[in-house]
Order: sequence, then structure tokens, then C-alpha cells
Amino acid sequence: MDYDSILDKYPLPKSTKEEIKNELGSMKVTKKLATKIVENCYKNYLSNLMEPGEAAGIVAAQSIGEPGTQMTMRTFHYAGVAEIDVTLGLPRLIEILDVRKNPSTPLMTIRLEKECASDRKRAREVANRIEATYILDIADISTDIRNLVILIDLDEKALERKQLSVDELKKKLEKSLKTDVEEDGNRLIIKSKPSYKALMDTLEKLKKLVLAGIKEINRVIIRKEGDEYVLYTEGSNLKKVSKVKDVDFSRTTTNNIFEIYEVLGVEAARTSVINEAIATLEEQGLEVDIRHIMLVADAMTSDGELRQIGRHGVAGEKQSILARAAFEMTVNNLLEAAVRGDKDHLSGISENIIVGQPIKLGTGDVELITKLKK
Amino acid sequence: MIPKRIDSIRFEVLSPQEVRRMSVIKVITPETYDDDGFPIEAGLMDPKLGVIDPGLKCKTCGGKAGECPGHFGHIELAAPVNHPGYAKLIGKLLSASCRECGRILISDEKRNTFIEEIERRKELGQDYDEIVKEVFRVTKAAKKCAHCGAEQLPIKFEKPTFFYEGDHRLTPKDLREKLERISSEDLPAYGMSPTALRPEWMVLTVLPVPPVTVRPSIILETGQRSEDDLTHKLVDIIRINQRFLENKEAGAPQLILEDLWELLQYHVTTYMDNEVSGIPPARHRSGRPLKTLAQRLKGKEGRFRGSLSGKRVNFSARAVISPDSNLSINEIGVPSFIAEELTYPLFVTEKNIDEAKEYILRTEHPKANYIIRPDGRRIRVLESNKEELAEKVEPGQIIERQMKDGDVVLFNRQPSLHRMSIMSHYVRVLPYRTFRVNPAVCPPYNADFDGDEMNMHVPQGLEAQAEAKLLMSVDSQILSPRFGGPIIGGIHDHISGLYLLTRGERKFTWEEVMSVVKTLDVQEISRKEDKKYWTGKEVFSMILPKISLQFKAEICQGCEVCKEEDCEFDAYVVIEDGNLIRGTIDEKAIGAFKGIVIDEIMRKFGSEETRKFIDNVTQLAVRAITYSGFSFGISDEEIPDEAVKQIRNVLDKAEMKVGELIKAYRENNLEPMPGRSIEETLEMKIMQELGKARDRAGKLAGRWLGMDNSAVIMAVSGARGSMLNLTQMAACIGQQSVRGERIKRGYTYTNRTLPHFKPGDLGSKSRGFVRSSYKEGLSPVEYFFHAMGGREGLVDTAVRTSQSGYLQRRLINALQDLKIEYDGTVKEQTSKMLVQYKYGEDGVDPMKSFRGKAVDVKRVINETILKEKR
Repeated sequence: MDYDSILDKYPLPKSTKEEIKNELGSMKVTKKLATKIVENCYKNYLSNLMEPGEAAGIVAAQSIGEPGTQMTMRTFHYAGVAEIDVTLGLPRLIEILDVRKNPSTPLMTIRLEKECASDRKRAREVANRIEATYILDIADISTDIRNLVILIDLDEKALERKQLSVDELKKKLEKSLKTDVEEDGNRLIIKSKPSYKALMDTLEKLKKLVLAGIKEINRVIIRKEGDEYVLYTEGSNLKKVSKVKDVDFSRTTTNNIFEIYEVLGVEAARTSVINEAIATLEEQGLEVDIRHIMLVADAMTSDGELRQIGRHGVAGEKQSILARAAFEMTVNNLLEAAVRGDKDHLSGISENIIVGQPIKLGTGDVELITKLKK
Repeated sequence: MIPKRIDSIRFEVLSPQEVRRMSVIKVITPETYDDDGFPIEAGLMDPKLGVIDPGLKCKTCGGKAGECPGHFGHIELAAPVNHPGYAKLIGKLLSASCRECGRILISDEKRNTFIEEIERRKELGQDYDEIVKEVFRVTKAAKKCAHCGAEQLPIKFEKPTFFYEGDHRLTPKDLREKLERISSEDLPAYGMSPTALRPEWMVLTVLPVPPVTVRPSIILETGQRSEDDLTHKLVDIIRINQRFLENKEAGAPQLILEDLWELLQYHVTTYMDNEVSGIPPARHRSGRPLKTLAQRLKGKEGRFRGSLSGKRVNFSARAVISPDSNLSINEIGVPSFIAEELTYPLFVTEKNIDEAKEYILRTEHPKANYIIRPDGRRIRVLESNKEELAEKVEPGQIIERQMKDGDVVLFNRQPSLHRMSIMSHYVRVLPYRTFRVNPAVCPPYNADFDGDEMNMHVPQGLEAQAEAKLLMSVDSQILSPRFGGPIIGGIHDHISGLYLLTRGERKFTWEEVMSVVKTLDVQEISRKEDKKYWTGKEVFSMILPKISLQFKAEICQGCEVCKEEDCEFDAYVVIEDGNLIRGTIDEKAIGAFKGIVIDEIMRKFGSEETRKFIDNVTQLAVRAITYSGFSFGISDEEIPDEAVKQIRNVLDKAEMKVGELIKAYRENNLEPMPGRSIEETLEMKIMQELGKARDRAGKLAGRWLGMDNSAVIMAVSGARGSMLNLTQMAACIGQQSVRGERIKRGYTYTNRTLPHFKPGDLGSKSRGFVRSSYKEGLSPVEYFFHAMGGREGLVDTAVRTSQSGYLQRRLINALQDLKIEYDGTVKEQTSKMLVQYKYGEDGVDPMKSFRGKAVDVKRVINETILKEKR
């Protein structure tokens, strides 16, 4: 039976329509009954709506803040991937709402294009292109102080694992160290300027040199999920990973929200805030309705920029002087407002509480006055 | 009457003229009182500045103390002084304007483009700080004035109030002259409003003296006067000011004058803000830093957060709370002592004048305490004057009568983390000295009875009472807006009580049933003569409204294939039309947070019915558990020798395995896990092994204790405690950890945790594994490690509370102005910025939603079909 024609008449949310269709589909009902059911669903929906004037923001803030006391503080090893540490609990929630540019445990989930996803070897190849490789990963280095040279003894196995050729390596070293590199069988020799200090400087530089992969990504772990191989990385750089061959960028993500904001924009950042916050709360076994988190994410992104919750973001950009003064940096806010000749229009909550007026929320928002008949 | 509203508040900088205009007196002497204790004229306590002593009258306005708000005076500064709060801005302005002509250092066209952009942003309500910053950046780079072509020496600003032009020190007088030259037309480019200030006003020439009401002096017990910190500071300023004047008139050397000038600057700076970096704070004689203007405004106890955003109130009480299951959840037992003190207003009209008289004439509990006459006078009702007062009662008066049963009050427990932390209850005046509440309301308040205190507030207005009843009542808060489930429900003994009652087929005689249900609010119980026994399930059914449900109980073992109605553990609950057919009632059914039955009743019958059900549950459960008796002590964890032996065996084996792992590690035979070092691998494996051992020991202990053990009953039914707690009491406490690792701190140098072990010992014992159980007791070493783990837990909670508290404050501050509009959108109130087109994308209230879903489709379908059938 065609339920769409009935459902189209009612502006119900998509998910509800979907559910009604499924439920009705599994049972046989007459058209009349179906119409009645949909009508009742709509009535029910209307009675479930938020009421105008409701302090949705306060409720959302309380719903997220209250479980904060019940959360744990520590960084845990477990979060799907046993090998990588992830910040969880309260510190992570604070990190998300603060929009930290450098979260304490950045992590990426990289999925691969179809051809590579099922092939472990090819997945490994992609991983090599991503994981930062340093000289110490593939060779032993020693210094010869008498001749003032650095000796690099290459580990062939490691080279092969990392898919690097000696020639490539040599060129790379020459280019970035700006010195000549001699090849001697399995050994590379770097000559430095004739001073001990220069030698040590070169050595330091050599040790820090990223030979392959992406600097920010320290470790890549390959895990099989279902029938495909997925890469998990310690460290994150969305922009660079997006350009790596064979990476399916549309299914690749990071837990660094600010990076998502920079690379993919606000809408993606909003989604990411919601996902990360939900994941953090869920992991702690705390049930919080998604609407609250959506509201927070929307407040953070509503002016087109990703703003943090707090002094340098949403709360600090309040129009009202009194509200800002009551939050943080009281004296500075007042002094600055005086110089700018600002006006406080007393339209928010804090301001009206401060001057002792009813607030414009809930029952205080109603402006209806009845004239009593005498 | 339509109350007046303040439309807006404008902020500006006080001009010297304005200061003089509003001043009633020029203060010139640093003395406050003469020898006889009278304020000195033209002193800081001049009676023209207002009154603080009761009985005296203000010499300016004639008002009495409390009526007169006080009046400002002023001090003429002998030399200009920088305003410390604006020092940085002065520096920026000087750098940005020509040292000679005072014009902005960029051309007029450039300036105008900047101003236009600022105006544009202002109009849009956007932040224009960035542009101002850009202006200061561009002008600072300019070497030559675009208007007069003069060379620009760099201006250096030194904290807190010193300026240099090149190497030449600029006195505040120089600064003022320079600032005077700045054109008002340039000001908008600096982000300043020409109507709000002239830049030279940031260098003070005259200082307002706040009224005495702002800085009242207190009279100590010794009869001595103790002045406010502000007065002290003002005395300092005047004293130096006068000295400066005298020296200048006497023609003192420049050096001395400069010193005095600097001193004056110091006093003015600390008068405004006593926490400026770079200078020592001014101190009281006792060494305590003075609390000056900025300190009065700042911080948690400051004017804004402490006195304006939050206030102290009357009509409130605080007492210890204790439980009383015989109260309804929306009631509160108020001690008679409190009820006699707190009052409820009775607005006298023609209709209730007799009632009012009765209250006044009463001599016992609900009597009138005060009468407020229309002119605002408050008269205490006494034995001696009550007759006279009763006679004179007339409409328009307000009788403050004592609180009595049925009054509505607000009840609150801090920290008030969510809206359920303040709910309204109906009063029941009870003897003794504690507030009594039904224990089912503990979860929303997060209260327990180990000495918790709570606050009660009596709403005084009719609107407030109506809102309290309709919006804040416990009934209306049964569902939490956080997740849309019940937050009020049975706890602790309610759960174990009903668990004991409904588990299996316990039989009760009619007398037994009656003794359990006698006080309940149950409709009717038919007694069939032929029925000899009632099962616990039938007893529970008596309080169940007509609902039908099927779900798995908390005690569900999670079998691979659920046998549903044939569950051998009686864990599959079947309720049909208000009758409990099968299954055991436990946390899943009636617990707070989880209670499926409560949720169902709430959705089907509403809050009134749910409240009655919870009332019944609490009473039935308490009666049931009292009937069977229930106790718990550590001796309940006694397990037979055989069990002890088995547990010891398990632990021995585990320790052996740990030994093997260590051996393998030392011989380098340990295969590292991917992405981990060998050491980390070893640690993880050991932790895993020991964890498993403890679990196994716990299972053994649990098996030996059996399902009838009190602790087991509490753990499985979800009443209190967990199987882990049980394990630790009966079998083995397990690994102690600090920062998620085995304990490794201690003697780093010999690499051991305590001197009892060999250096480098990695064994379970030396790294904080506690073999013993709480019942057995811990060895000294174990005890020490246990204390380490315990300490970490304490520190963790302390840090967490402060962090989450701040997070919540920030969240509230960021989101407080979001409101649902009549069109369903969410907007920010101050900027009218659209945040959401439709709240939560579907406009549904999370509290009313069904597990996050907009509509409970299944219920609607079932109900519709049922209705159609009829």
C-alpha cells in the first residue's frame, strides 16, 4: 500500500515517517486505519514539541554539565584500538568545547579506496606513505669524530618494509642537509663542515628529518574491520592525508575538530563536535539527548566560525556588557565599554537579573496583559 | 500596574566637569573625625556625603539612613595622574597619533575607510576589535605624520603607569597635553566613541569621592571606629595631595615634587586596583592587602557575581534532611520550629477577612506573625495587641501567617547542577528538627542522609506560588530533560524490598498481605474466601496501574538464547493489564534512571498517577523489606575454608603466570604487541592476568555465597553495590593502580617501590597487587599500596568537581540567552542571531521524546487500534 500519500500531508520528521512506514508495512491495515494512525502520530508529535519561550540553552547546558561530575579524568588505553591512547571523559569533553587547536591525543581513522581496502599489503603501502619515518627507524647512525663524518648503517629489512630505496634516501638527505652523501655498500657517509659543532648540528638535523610520510603522524596501525583494512593513526593531519594516494577521503576522519573546521568548513565542524561529544558521553555510559549537544554545536558555529564555549568564544562575544562583566574579566569589560561608549540593551538574562528586572524567558516572556472589567 | 523597565544602560567615561557637577563637597582634609567623634567638615566623613548612623539626617537631602543613597564629593588633584585601567590604551593612542599635532598618523582617506568598516560592523552587530587592532598596527609602523610631517619618536609604555618618548620620561601632565591634541574626529578609528569621552579624561585631574554609604565605617566592640579600606586609601590620596600642594606653593625642589607626584600616582593606582602587576599592593596595618575598587567588583564574591547576579534572601530555612517513606514524593516534612518562624502572606480582601481575623486571634501554630499595613509598616502580632489588630484588619493589608500543611515551598540542594535541584513540595509540618523527604527524590537532588543539609524557600507572591505549583512540582519533574527517562524512582531498599517480595512465588496469607498493604493508596482489594494465599507478585499488582509490558529485568543473566517467559531466573518480566504475571521487580522496573515501569505509567497516565505509584512503591517496598527483615554486615561475607582454598589456588596460579611472564621478559622471549614496547607489553599482560584472576576469585566467592546472601541480593537487583565490591570484600581486592598503571613509583634509584623488595622486582606483590580481601585484612605493604590508590581517587574527585563546575559555568554563560521562539526557531536573545531553524532539527522536547525519538510510533499504533476496535 502507498503510505506516502498519507504521510505527505503531515509535516512529521523524516525518521518518524520512516518508522511509521516500517511499522505499517509489517502489519496489514486498512487505508482508513492507516490514516487514523498517522493522524494520531501527528497529534502526538505536536504535543511533544518544545514550548515557545522555553530556555532551551539552559536546559542543554545543564544536561551536558551535570553529568560532568560523574565522568572520569584519566586517559585510557582502550577505545576500540588497544594500541593507541585516547583522552576520554571530562578532559576530552572540555577539549571539545574549548575547540583546542592541539588536542592531547589526536587520532585519525583512515579508510582506503576499494582496491586497497581488502589487501593487507597495499594497505601497508599506504600506511608507509602516511607514517613519519625517521632515520633511526631504518638505520643505525654513528659518528666518526676523527674524520668528522656521520656513518649511517642502513637496515635493509627496515628499508624494504618502508619501501625506500637507497638512492631515494641519498637524494633526500643531500637535498635537505645540503651536503654530499657518499654511498659505500650498505653505508651512507655524510661529511660535515670541519668543526665538531657543525657535526653535532647535522646529526641533530638528521635525527629530526622526516624521510617519508607525514610529520604529524607518528604511528599508523592497520586493523581489519569487517572485510576491509582500516588505518588508525596517532597524530593527525587531515589536509596532508587527503592528498595521499589510495586514501578514501570521504570516509576518513580525525578527532581534531579544529582541523576539520579548517579543511572542510563549519558544517563539517558542527557535525564533528556533535559526534565527538556524543562519543565521549556514551563511552562514559551517560545518556544525553542528542538535541542538547546539537544546540551546543549550533551555538558554537552559528556565526559561520567555530567558536569555543567560554571567554574567547560564545560567552566572550556576548553583546551585553553586564553579561560579560558578570562572567569573566569584570573590570576590563567595564573599562572598555566606557571607552567605546557602548550601550547595554538589557535584552539577555544576566543583564536583567543584575538590574532586577523580570527575564525574558518562559513565563517572563509573556507580554499579555488583561484589563479587568469593573 | 505595568512595572517600569530600564530600556538600556550607556557606558561612558566620567569627565572632570561631570565629577565636579555631581559633587556636593570638595574634600580637602585627610582627617575623618575630630576628638569628640564628630565628622570633620570637608573631610572624608562629611555629613553632606550621606548618612550611615541610624537617627541622623543627611545634610544634603535630609533623608535618614537607608533613605539617602549618599552623595559624591570630589578631590581636586594637585597634579594630573594616570588612570591605571586606561594606561595601556593611553600608550596605544600616543603611538598612533602624531607627537606634534595629535592627528592620526595615517591619511584621512585611509582613516575614513577604517571608520567606514567599523561603522558597518557596528551596524551588523559584529565585533570590530580586529579593525581597531589593525589601525593601531598600521599607525605604529608610521615613521612620519601624514598631516604635519613630523618625525615620530617611539612611545614606550612601562607597567603600570610610566611612559617614555624616546628616552624622555612623560609626566601625566605631558600625556594630558598630548591627549588633548587628539582630534575627536579620529576617535572612531581607535574604536572609541567621541560622545562617550575625550581622551584627556583618561588622565585624572579631579577624583570623585564615593559617598559614605559605599564605604561605611564600623564601630568595634571597644567603641573604636574602624574605617573601610576605601576610606583608608582616600585618606592616603588626600594626604599626599595636600603635601604636594604645600610643597609646590613653598617652591620645593623639582626632585621632591616628582617623588610626591609618583607617590600620588601610586595611591591613585592602588585606589582603583590593588592587584596591578609591577607595584606592591597597598596594605592594611595588619599586613592584609586592601580591597579597593577593582577588587570589589571582581570575582566570585565581587559585586557582579556575588551581589548582583546572586542575592541573599529572606523566607528561607536550612536543615539536615532525613528520609520518611510515608510522605508522598511531592511533600516535605518541615520541622515545627521552622514552620512557626517562616510565614506565608495572606492578602486580605473582603472575602477572606474573617479568615485573616482568625489567624490573628489564634494562639497556636498556624497563627499570624506579622501584619503589613498598606503603607509598608510591619507590625508584630503579639499576645498583647492581637485583639486590637484583629479589630483593625481591613482589605489591602497583608497578614503573614505561619506556614501550614499544604503550602507550597521550594526545596533545593546545592550544587544546583540541573533544574531538578530545585523543586516545589507541599508542606507537612512535623515534629523534630530535620526536613523529611521521601527517599525516592534523592536522585534528582543527588542527596543522601549522611548529614546532607538542604534549603527551603517560601514563595511570597501569588505568581511565584502558581509557578512553583505548576512548573516546579516534583510531579512535573519525574522525567529528566537530559535523556527523557524517569529520574525519580525507587532506590536502595525499595529495590531490594520489591525484589524480595516479587521474586519466585512467595506466598502470603490475607493477614500478612494486609499488614503490608494497609497504609497504601490502593483502590480496592477483593477478598475471595476460597483464596488462601497471595503471591508477592499479586501483592505488587495491587499497586500497579493498568499497563502491559514485557522486558528483561536487571537480574537477567544475558543468556545466549533468551527463553523469555520460561526464564529460569525469573528475570523476564511480563505485566498484563496491571498484573505482574512473571518476572522479578528490580532496578530495571522501578529504579531511578532506569525504571521502565515508571516510564510506562508516566507516558500512559501522566504525572499524577506516576506520583501515586512511586508513593506506593516506596511504602510497599519498605513494608515488604521490614516484613522479611534484611541486614548486612561484613560477617555475611564469611566463606567456607574450601572456598578460601580455591581462591588461594586461583591467585597462586595467576602469580605463577606473572612470574613466568617476567622470566620471559628477562630472557627477552616476550613478543611485543604491535605498537608497544616490550616493557609496556609485559605490564599489560600482567595487569590482564591479575585482573582475570581477581574476577575468577570473585566468581568463586559469589558462587559460595549464593543467591540468598544480602550483598548478592543487593548487587544483582541493582539496589546497591556491585559484584566487584563483593569480590573485594570476600575474595581479593586486586591490583592497585596509580595513573592507570601498576604502582611503580618509590625508590626510582634502586627501582623498587618499597625497601621490602629487591631492586628491580617486577612481581605482583611489589607492584601493588593486593591478594587479601577486606574481610581477611591487608598486610602492611598491601595497606600502603591500597592507600596510594585510594589517595589518587580522592585527588581525582577533587580536581574533577572544580573542572566540571567551571565547564558548566561556561556552558550556562554561553547558552543562557537561547530561547525557543513562537515560530519554533532558536535565537540568541541579545543579538537575535538565529541558532537553529528548528530546535533539535525536529522541534521535539527531549523530555517528552521517547528515547530520543520524536513519536512513540508503536504506542500510537497500538492505542489507535485498540480505540478502533471498541
